[in-house]
Amino acid sequence: MVNRERLVNIVLALILPALAFIASGMGEPFYITLATRIAILALAAVGLNLALGLGGLVSFGHAAFFGIGGYVAGIFATHAFNQIPLLSSPFVIMATNQMPVIWIVSAIVAGLVAFLIGLISLRTSGVYFIMITLAFAQMIYYFAISWPAYGGEDGLSITIRNGFPGVNTLAPLNFFLIAYALLLLALFAFARLRDSRFGAALQATRQNEVRVASIGIRPLRIRLVAFILSGMITAIAGALFADLNRFVGPSMLSWSMSGELIVLIILGGTGRLFGPVAGAILFVLFEFALGGLTEHWQLFLGLILLAVVLFGRGGLVGLLAGKVRHG
Amino acid sequence: MSSALIIEQALNGLQFGIMLFLMAAGLTLIFGVMGVINLAHGSLYMVGAFACAAVAAYTGSFWLGLVASLIAAAAAGAIVEVTVIRRLYNRDHLDQVLATFALILIFSEGTRWVFGSFPLYLDIPKVLQGAISLPGGAQYQLYRLAIIGAGLVVAIGLYLLIAKTRLGMRIRAGESDREMIGALGVDIASLNTIVFALGAALAGLAGALVGALQSVQVGMGEPVLILAFVVIVIGGIGSIKGALAGAILVGVVDTMGRFVLPQLFTLFMEPSQAATAGAAVASMLIYIVMAFILAVRPKGLFAVNA
Repeated sequence: MVNRERLVNIVLALILPALAFIASGMGEPFYITLATRIAILALAAVGLNLALGLGGLVSFGHAAFFGIGGYVAGIFATHAFNQIPLLSSPFVIMATNQMPVIWIVSAIVAGLVAFLIGLISLRTSGVYFIMITLAFAQMIYYFAISWPAYGGEDGLSITIRNGFPGVNTLAPLNFFLIAYALLLLALFAFARLRDSRFGAALQATRQNEVRVASIGIRPLRIRLVAFILSGMITAIAGALFADLNRFVGPSMLSWSMSGELIVLIILGGTGRLFGPVAGAILFVLFEFALGGLTEHWQLFLGLILLAVVLFGRGGLVGLLAGKVRHG
Repeated sequence: MSSALIIEQALNGLQFGIMLFLMAAGLTLIFGVMGVINLAHGSLYMVGAFACAAVAAYTGSFWLGLVASLIAAAAAGAIVEVTVIRRLYNRDHLDQVLATFALILIFSEGTRWVFGSFPLYLDIPKVLQGAISLPGGAQYQLYRLAIIGAGLVVAIGLYLLIAKTRLGMRIRAGESDREMIGALGVDIASLNTIVFALGAALAGLAGALVGALQSVQVGMGEPVLILAFVVIVIGGIGSIKGALAGAILVGVVDTMGRFVLPQLFTLFMEPSQAATAGAAVASMLIYIVMAFILAVRPKGLFAVNA
């Protein structure tokens, strides 16, 4: 079974660059953008998978982190484009349009917000946790709408996509490769984390909190760290997503975005390394194929999702690679 | 800031709170009895509003529309319970979230398919149009006052239903031990369907009543749903009393916050800045209140098993 899952993972990892390079060879930038979109959504879902899949923390508020990343990218791009400093007193901080800086800032801001949200919401569990994460994400959503400095309800356009040292990010294939490299990096980090002592403790808190506490590990601290890391990865994906669309708006912070991220993971397979990738491929293909057939594609997405939840457990990776090993 | 304006805003807050109570009561009942978190509750609110607007437009009578909203929402709730929710009782919360999220997509897109993307409008019934004078010289919309009255009647009715009737006894028994009342011969399956339909009818009623104040459109349910979550988190999941207290707290704090904060901020800011900063903070105020309450009482104000 191990080998079969590894095989499925390799195939899943190769689908995206294959799609992007074939599309590039045929001069079809639209499909490169599609592959980029899949890679970015998968990256966001890898972040959520850390909290949800490994830690069993059903966060219905990850759009908050996704949107924070998006707004950091948008705000930096706007300030850099207009040459307005981010902060003028007590000292001047100029904005940069370099992606690595933007990713780091996104991750730091999202990490701080995840720390605050986690500190309150992780004191609870189960349904409370779901509803509280949803409520906090909604709070940030309403804040973005009512704060007019950065577009308010209309959102913020990014005139020129942020840059990367030595790479022309305006070329679709280059931007895809950046997003794909980050996705692979995140998957590698996820795998290392899952098999580390920390990962073992995190999965143990999901399975039996009392036992974990009784051997001297504090579940709250483990969960909080996982929640923060999870939010940071999702925020980096959000920064990329804003750069992909050259737009960031409150919709990136909305509750349906949070729902979609969970859907990606379930479609792919909860807690599986490549579950988010499989889920993102399926989701974007559904959106693309059904969206081409009918404008009411979400109705059919809903029906498919309902069928997956009620009858098909384990998602696509579970279907292809068999059940998770226990032990 | 005149006292008449303050009274008006306070009543608006109360009316908003009463609406939230109708939503939260159904959610908390369903969670209490069945242990299911129902994201599609906002869709049932929308179903009620659309049923009321469609029937009122067809027959010309708001009251027939109101009846239709109750029937449509209760029927939609019963169908959803029998076809989907019933399979989720023994699943974890993640599956419940996903299945009911799927239901939101189905309801929203289905409604858009039938009614189109344009909002519908619902007129306030003639009897309740106009305003009345309150003591202190304030004028207040009669319809909003009627909503407050209707909500209070429903709250009392719900209390009597749960505290005094046989059905209420079974609901309370179901909340404390499902297996036991099943073993005692109560038909749990139909009890669940009845509770779900009852919760749905309350949501549908809320949707129809609010439909006359706002436009009736797809997606109107979810913002209210999320506020209803805040309400039951504050009040304590499973507690009707908590839902009422939480709803009125959220309604009044939200409405008064939007009214008071921008003016309060002018004390130490320029007027233009104060307006935006005040509005931004006001939009987050109830979530801040929620965070404080959770920090003190993680299970809510009226926790059932605290």
